Amino acid sequence: MAWVVFITVSVLCIGSVAAMIISRNQAHNALFLVLAFASLGGLFGLLDAPFAAAVQVLVYAGAIMVLFLFAIMMFNLREPPPREKRTLRAVLTAALGIVLLAELALAAKRALAGSVSPGAPSEIAGLGRLLFTDYLYAFEITSLLILAALVGALALAGKKEGS
Amino acid sequence: MIPPLAFLLLAVLLFGLGVLAFFVKKDLLTQFMAVEIMLNAGNLAFLALAKAFGRAEGQALVLFVITVAAAEAVIGLAIIVLVFRQRRSIRTDELKDLKG
Repeated sequence: MAWVVFITVSVLCIGSVAAMIISRNQAHNALFLVLAFASLGGLFGLLDAPFAAAVQVLVYAGAIMVLFLFAIMMFNLREPPPREKRTLRAVLTAALGIVLLAELALAAKRALAGSVSPGAPSEIAGLGRLLFTDYLYAFEITSLLILAALVGALALAGKKEGS
Repeated sequence: MIPPLAFLLLAVLLFGLGVLAFFVKKDLLTQFMAVEIMLNAGNLAFLALAKAFGRAEGQALVLFVITVAAAEAVIGLAIIVLVFRQRRSIRTDELKDLKG
């Protein structure tokens, strides 16, 4: 049963990312990405991380992608640009990509060398305790980071056009 | 019971697709989306390893990655908006002034 869910969700995820690469309409790209992030949320749930799954759907598929869609709306671009020719660059990218994939797959296999018997990492309560004890400073600095991002975005893009 | 290796390999594939999208696409917005895909592949790897080793640190790190990604998206989109206002284009093959 878990396998059925895993295969369905991962095919959905990979498929929508592939569709994003093929499609040349930015709004469609953003919507494909929403689908990819939502299915990633499902994968997070399969990995016994319900909180991460909820945050993924709320923050990524919800907030961040809505931000992207607003940005696309602002640009108000005309028809998608013409299809580019296949160049040497694309071939090189593909070759480098295959090397990168092989390398990462090897690393992934080795990373699991010392793994114990897989089990549920922790309850949400344990995660919360970890965030507010071991990672307290990181957690507080995160709030500062968000404030800085807010002020930075206002300073960068908040000015009136032409001023 | 799905082995963590399956999730890790999926994360690798997703990361590769993100890299591919980043290099194949030529508008800033879609390239930015490709960066988000790579970040998410990293998150998936974190969670797979958290499960494989039975520790919660991976889940805590995922929360930080998502927060930083949100901040990064805000700043990145603001910069893209600025570029568009100045140049009326966000196609990277039309923005070549920074060439050395």
